[in-house]
Amino acid sequence: MSKGHKGFPWNHVIGFFLSIALTIFAVLMVQYTDFSKSTVMFIIGTLAILQAAIQLFMFMHITEGKSGVINIINITYSVFLAVVIVVGSIWILTTGHAAH
Amino acid sequence: MTWDQFFVTGDPLILASQIAIALTMVGLVVLVTYLKRWKWLWKEWFTTVDHKKIGIMYILAGVVMFFRGGVDGLMMKAQTSRPELEFLDAQHYDEVFTTHGVIMILFMAMPMLIGIMNVVIPLQIGARDVAFPKLNALSFWVFFVGAMLFNISFVIGGSPDAGWTAYFPLAGKEFTPGVGNNYYAIALQIAGIGTLATGVNFIVTILKMRAPGMTLMKMPMFTWTALVTNVIIVAAFPILTVALAFMTLDRLFGTHFFTVAAGGDPMLWLNLFWLWGHPEVYIVVLPAFGMFSEVISTFSRKNLYGYKSMVASIVGIAFLSMLVWVHHFYTMGNSGAVNSVFSITTMAIAIPTGVKIFNWLFTMRKGRIKFTNAMLWSLAFIPCFTIGGVTGVMLAMAAADYQYHNTMFLVAHFHYVLIPGVVFAVFAGLYYWWPKMFGFKLNEKIGYWHFWLFVIGFNVTFMPMFFVGLDGMSRRMFTYSASTGWGPLLGLSAIGALILAAGFAALCYNIYWSFRYASRDVGNDPWDARTLEWATASPPPHYNFAKVPEVSQLDEFWENKKAGITGLKKNEIEEIHMPSNSWTPLFMAVAFGIVGFFLVFEWFIPAAISAVLIVIGLILNSFDYDHGYHVSVEEVEETERKWRGDLK
Repeated sequence: MSKGHKGFPWNHVIGFFLSIALTIFAVLMVQYTDFSKSTVMFIIGTLAILQAAIQLFMFMHITEGKSGVINIINITYSVFLAVVIVVGSIWILTTGHAAH
Repeated sequence: MTWDQFFVTGDPLILASQIAIALTMVGLVVLVTYLKRWKWLWKEWFTTVDHKKIGIMYILAGVVMFFRGGVDGLMMKAQTSRPELEFLDAQHYDEVFTTHGVIMILFMAMPMLIGIMNVVIPLQIGARDVAFPKLNALSFWVFFVGAMLFNISFVIGGSPDAGWTAYFPLAGKEFTPGVGNNYYAIALQIAGIGTLATGVNFIVTILKMRAPGMTLMKMPMFTWTALVTNVIIVAAFPILTVALAFMTLDRLFGTHFFTVAAGGDPMLWLNLFWLWGHPEVYIVVLPAFGMFSEVISTFSRKNLYGYKSMVASIVGIAFLSMLVWVHHFYTMGNSGAVNSVFSITTMAIAIPTGVKIFNWLFTMRKGRIKFTNAMLWSLAFIPCFTIGGVTGVMLAMAAADYQYHNTMFLVAHFHYVLIPGVVFAVFAGLYYWWPKMFGFKLNEKIGYWHFWLFVIGFNVTFMPMFFVGLDGMSRRMFTYSASTGWGPLLGLSAIGALILAAGFAALCYNIYWSFRYASRDVGNDPWDARTLEWATASPPPHYNFAKVPEVSQLDEFWENKKAGITGLKKNEIEEIHMPSNSWTPLFMAVAFGIVGFFLVFEWFIPAAISAVLIVIGLILNSFDYDHGYHVSVEEVEETERKWRGDLK
């Protein structure tokens, strides 16, 4: 169990606080600025991708492990899920009845 | 808030339940004290990290929840058995169908399947436990506390009443101001943590802890379905987590994610709910498919037909399961393109499912079939489930769905999918693995009563619902007039529900009878089965396998039996490293329960204070350096001698 984990887990702590900071930043930006809707969406989208990257590197051990194949399968599946959920939801909720 | 708002008052049925609950709890405490079993309970069950015991606790919880959800169902059937009955009023009926749905899916089907997975999967892959035993205990206790929190709603504070789907705006504060839907949001959130942890735990277990030589394509079919199920859990449950968090924020803190006011969108709830909800259907049905595969193969005395196509169709179903969620709300007013695409993906799911049905049929073809109880459930599953599947394809067509949507036809459809697909499977699995779990078989004769009553009752209950549905009865109607002409069919359906209940009673009697009288001499392999769990004692020793088995082919245990390779050599026994018991999972779960309870009533200061307990639990776990203990060679030898006789 203790093998391979030496010292204080700085990565986790930094990643944790960065994630919280990015989330709070997104909320503050929406609450207290009056950017146009497309600007807001752009900034939130960028923050989301940034946060996903932080999670991958700080928590998800993407740089560890011998087998690159497993990482590729994981990432492909995650991207597939993210696209289905995000693009699918936007498509469903902005077309049809909701568009009128 | 006054006391008569805290406790639900004014309904004699609920008053009777409150008294019954209080008496049962006092009775349990007295019984355990009288039998002096507190220490045993604590040591053997409450703090255990043994996957077999955790699995048994899951199953026990599932049976209890089956009873609760079943009583809800019987109450609905009683209310609609005659036109214009006044057994339940509209509000009470709403509460009953809401709790029936939530409990049957999340607190009956899920724990039954996860329970059987817990017992069987590590044994089937030749492992000594799951990858993270303590996390497994946490999963169970968090699930259990969430389930209990949900269950007390009807006596304390009031039940959720917006349907198991809890659609906004109805489920919002504006239209359901009571605490009922707070229970929904928070209890499901707590239980969901457990499910997600189970998902991670089993993926790691199956990928990392298989016996040497067991490649992916040599895994038993139940292990395959469990793996894919847990991948879907990890993919889908976070969506529910987010949706429930938004719901909680809306209800408790006045945000507007799903409200009509202030730019919220109630349709976003539907969308997120079914993004989780549809994969959830496959989460409960895939392990069931795996169990049927094991049972059918064992009792046809043949290996599973089309193993590779079976694996491909499971993975195909998992892939498609994320792409069909809109078929639950075709009538929400989506664009034609959206509905068309989702119609096609939905119908496409019938293809891999059909492949599996034919594989099971071909497995039986020319097999020497043994009609045990487990096999009977598997045989009954195929035609009943096919009716559910075919009506599903009818519902999948968006244009036609405008006719069926939210009618009793739909209700009949999903009961025809979920009861054969999950409940029959759980019964098959219980009869099949019971001797492995407890060291005795369930009685086959009483089992026949259970089987015939349940299957006949099931068809009599739900078949009429197709017809009243096509006749225009919408779901969730608490009453109807005699002029609709639905009376006779719904009356028949109510009679069916009684037969169904008699079937469940027969199961309970069977468990009682077998526990007292069944022969304890079942050996390690009572069914002459094929997979590794049957290679060790029944019930297995806490370390599962004295020597981790080596695998070179599918159905290794079966092939070894045929080749005459059995037994264990004395010099093969080594010290075994096992995880220690731990009380922190139970502690954490109780802490979650206390915080959840305060949040339900929106008592934020007590909630914040008791949340400290959760943090304490996290810290305790983080600084836990217990690396388990070792079972000595002598102890292993002694245990193995008990069931093997002398070692070579």
